[in-house]
Order: sequence, then structure tokens, then C-alpha cells
Amino acid sequence: MSLLHTIETGLRSLLGHRLRSVLTTLGILFGVAAVIATVGIGQASSDSVTARITSLGTNLLTVSGGSSVSGGVFGGSGSANVLTMSDVSGLQDRQSAPDIEAVAPVSQGRASLVSTSGNWSTTVSGSTTDWLITNTRTISTGTFLSANDAKTRAHVIVLGSTTASNLGVGVGDLVMVRQIPFEVIGILAPTGSQGFGNQDDLAVVPITTAQYELFGGPGTVQRILLSATSPGTVGSAYLEASQILLQTHHITDPSQSDFTITTQTQVLSTAQAVTQTLTILLASVAAISLLVGGIGVMNIMLVSVTERTSEIGLRKALGATPGDLFRQFVIEAGVLTAVGGLLGVATGLAVGYVVPRAANIAVTITPLPVLSAVGVAVAVGLIFGVYPALRAARLAPIDALRAQ
Amino acid sequence: MATDSLIQIESVTKVYGTGDAAVAALRDLSLSVAPGESVAVMGPSGSGKSTLMNILGCLDTPSSGRYWFAGQDVSRLNETELAHVRNRRIGFVFQQFQLLPKLSAWRNVELPLLYRNVRDRRSLALQALEQVGLANRVDHRPNQLSGGQQQRVAIARALVTDPDLILADEPTGNLDTASSRDVLSVLRELNEQGRTIIIITHDPEVAPVAKRTVHMRDGQMVDEVAA
Repeated sequence: MSLLHTIETGLRSLLGHRLRSVLTTLGILFGVAAVIATVGIGQASSDSVTARITSLGTNLLTVSGGSSVSGGVFGGSGSANVLTMSDVSGLQDRQSAPDIEAVAPVSQGRASLVSTSGNWSTTVSGSTTDWLITNTRTISTGTFLSANDAKTRAHVIVLGSTTASNLGVGVGDLVMVRQIPFEVIGILAPTGSQGFGNQDDLAVVPITTAQYELFGGPGTVQRILLSATSPGTVGSAYLEASQILLQTHHITDPSQSDFTITTQTQVLSTAQAVTQTLTILLASVAAISLLVGGIGVMNIMLVSVTERTSEIGLRKALGATPGDLFRQFVIEAGVLTAVGGLLGVATGLAVGYVVPRAANIAVTITPLPVLSAVGVAVAVGLIFGVYPALRAARLAPIDALRAQ
Repeated sequence: MATDSLIQIESVTKVYGTGDAAVAALRDLSLSVAPGESVAVMGPSGSGKSTLMNILGCLDTPSSGRYWFAGQDVSRLNETELAHVRNRRIGFVFQQFQLLPKLSAWRNVELPLLYRNVRDRRSLALQALEQVGLANRVDHRPNQLSGGQQQRVAIARALVTDPDLILADEPTGNLDTASSRDVLSVLRELNEQGRTIIIITHDPEVAPVAKRTVHMRDGQMVDEVAA
């Protein structure tokens, strides 16, 4: 029997059981649509995490004290307060660190800020003038911390735009931090970031003020932010920084170092690995629904073979070979899944269009998951169609004819 | 074996089941049918006539013995080869008509042609329907036709491939007397035009249509009567 007629016969029989065919197709449709939508959502969240991290500046390196190993127990980075202001001045030496553009020590904690019109809890960082450069930020009104502020332990504070509006304060107003009055000297330009790690909800005070009057002890810093002169010199800046710190910490074996330097690239790849894992997890759940859809196809094909036993017997008597019948049933299963797959793509794309507009969830649809979902759907249909088709092909014509 | 017979069966035995449950439906049966003959195979149920029909129609193979169809040994063919023999050389007429309910009369008649990639299927189907007197019913579905008309569609389907043999299994079993007479006269006409016909039946009214009657009992031929 020619392929064209096999397909025609298959379509005729599928159209003969319209409701059943539609329901079976739905199983595949939802599976494919779910794969496309979840991978799209995963892709979009991965993109947004990437964008958020790169907006922090790809030149950024972070030195944290840590990798403290005491009695064989790894305390995790940052668990030992080993960074000092002398490390900062060492790193500021342009002679030994030509590729480091800016050095900003950070001594940080959470604190309640109180203004005349409200109070607001946020992260308060003690830092220096270079903080603006390392964090690639700008001031929208007022000024940032000056070198002199650090020397005099001035009671001045720079606020993120969200923090300032929540406190209802502007430049020149007073804000109380742990019962100490600070004068607002500047507001940072907003970054537009939201949610967890909001870059517009923070406060910056001079490092010395933070150390002596808010958190920590004199001279200690939690982190040192470094800015390389360009994205291309991050690698050499990394080497220079670790050379200098090994020297100031009197460590000869680099594997024993009591500090960790991370670059944005490392943070980025970690974050991407996390979002990728999440995407794979979501897509697997969706893929299982696709599999269930495939089993639905197999189920309906088995029903169809049983129902049409006498038709199969008749076709055999009229000269259909086992191969003819095998092809006919595999093609029927293939048509069911192909139609389901294509409608699933349409549904998935529709979800990708509607959800961002209705629910403020970003969806990024790329060709690969779309094509592979359809490919898998058709493969599933053919694989699950094989067993019923073999059953049809192997029916003995006399038994089949008698089945009526 | 050289033979002028269309059908030559030599000491065919068909056993169903194994061991203690084994039942011999045909025992050492031999039969030959010349081209253009018409034969009625008669016998009560359980006599083995259905088994004989399955073997004659290449729907089943004998347990032992030989079967030559038009000079070709078909007793050792595989399923696909048997399908080709059925398609090209044998036309079946069943008691239950076995028409596909969703297809029109001519689509039903066309079916065997689909398995041999013939062009002009529609005109061949219409020709066959005309031969059985249903030229004005080509687009009717089976449920729009009477029993006799349905069986005539089935005969047209058997004819459309221009087969060497038409094998009819209780062709009037589901029909009233008038329709039976109708269908039998079509079969007789076909035989008069030179086509070989074998009718399996238990109905003594049917047998006279054939020129030769074979009686079966317990898987064996008991006597042969030439009309």
C-alpha cells in the first residue's frame, strides 16, 4: 500500500473517532506546551539573573576573609576576620598593583534608620570614596563620601533611592543610626533593581565611622571590593591582589591562604548553574507529562487495534501484508502526536505571549526547546505506537475475521 | 508436480492445539479443482469445512500435506507471501459481508486494489459494481443498503481484482430467501462466465448452484456428487 494511502486511511480512522482523537491529542499538546513554557520561564529567569550580576560591573573582584581551617573544619569564607586596613593600603599601591583601579573596603551590618517621618531597616556599609567606582554607581543629588570624611569619622550618610524615599528624607536631613545622628549628604542614582538584593535599598557611611561606632572593631574590614582597570585585566588584577595579600599576611603557600578572591565571572557562572539546574528540574516535570501523553497514545492505539480486529482481519484477507498494517497503525499514532505536538507549540508560544503581560513573569522562547519538544513528542508517539501496531500486524487473519 | 488443476490439495492435515488437547480438524484430505469449476463444500458444523476454507483461501497453512495453487506450492509460504497470493488470486465472500461501515460502496470495493497500487481504482470498482447490478448504489454506505445488496457489494469487492478463485463462506447465511436467490444467481452467472467458485455451506438449498458437491464429516471427505 502506498504511503499516501496509508496516511489517508489513518486520517480517515482518526476522524471517525473525533472525540477520542482530540482527547489523546490533548495529552501530547499539554506536554509539549508545558515543556516550552517552563523552559521559557527558566531561560528568562536565567537571563535576568545574568543581567543583574553583569550590571554590578564585570570588572569587580571581591576579597573576603576566610577559608579558615581550624582543626580540619572548613569555616567557610568570611568566617575569619582577617582583612585589615593595611591590606587596603597594600592593594592601593599602584606600583605593585597596576591593574587595580579602585579599592573599597566594606564593613557592613544591618541597622534601623530612623528619620522624623519613619524608620526603615536596611544594610549599612562602611566604605570609602572608591565604593562608587567598584559598584559602578553614580550620585543623583548631593555628594558621595570624601577622603576627608573617613579621616574625621564624619557622621555623614549616603542613601539608596528606595531607602531615601521610604524614610522620606533628602539631602541635608538627619537620620539616626543606632541613636547616632547622621547627615544625609547624597542620594544614589536608582538602578531599577527589585526584590532580593535590591541595589537601591542601602546606606553608605565612612568606613572609619562604621568600624568605630557602628559595627566591628577598629581596623577590621569584612570585604574589600576591587575594580580592575578594564574587563580584560580582571585576571592580572586577581593575581596582583593575591600576591599582595599573601605578602601582607606572611603566607608562603598559596593553598594555605586565609582569604578568597572571587570575580564577577565566577559569581555569574555559579548563578547560571543554579538557574540551569532549576530549568532542568522544571523541564523534567514537564517532560514527564509528555511521557504520560505518550502512554495515552499507546492506550488509545491498543483500544483501536482491539476494536478494529475484524477490520484488520478483513484487510489481511484482502491482501494487506503484516508490514502494511504495521505502517498503518504507526502512522496513526504518529499523526496523533504530530498534531498534538504542533498544537502544543502554538499553545506554548501563546503562553509565552500572554504570561509576561498578565502575570509579570518573563518568558524567553528559543527555537531549541520548541524543536526538541516536538521531536520528542513525535518520537514518543512512534515508540508507543509500535507495540499496538505489532499487535495488529501479528493478528492471524482467521481469528481476526471471527472476532465480530 | 505438474497439474492442470487450479487447486490441488494432497493429504492435508490440520491439527489445532498440542498434546492431549490436539484436535485434527482435517485428516489426510485430498481435493483438486479444475479452472472454471464450481464446487460446493457441505457438511455439518465441526466437520472441518471452515478449516478447509481457511486453507484453500491461504488464510492458514496446513500442518502437513501439500497445497498447490495454480501450480505454485503455497503450503510453505510466509505470511507476506500468502498475503500477496490472497490479494492477486483469491476473492473472498463472507457470511457477515465484512464491509467497512464508514466507507461508501465503491470505496469498499476499491480496498483490495489499494494493496497492489493499481491506478484507475474508481473505474475498476464501478465496473465490478455494475457487474453485480449495483451501478446506481456506488456512493451508498453499507447501512443504506439491504442485506442482499451488501453481499453483492462484497461480491464486487471479490471480483474487482479479477481473481482466479472466488471463495464464498456461507454467502447466504445472513440473508432472507429472496436475497439469497439474488446472490446465488450472481455467483452462478460469474461461474458461467468461466470463473472458478468454491462455496462453503451447510444449506442444502445452496449446493445445487455448484456443478459439484463435496460432503465432509470429521475432517474427511465422505462422498462427492456431480450435479
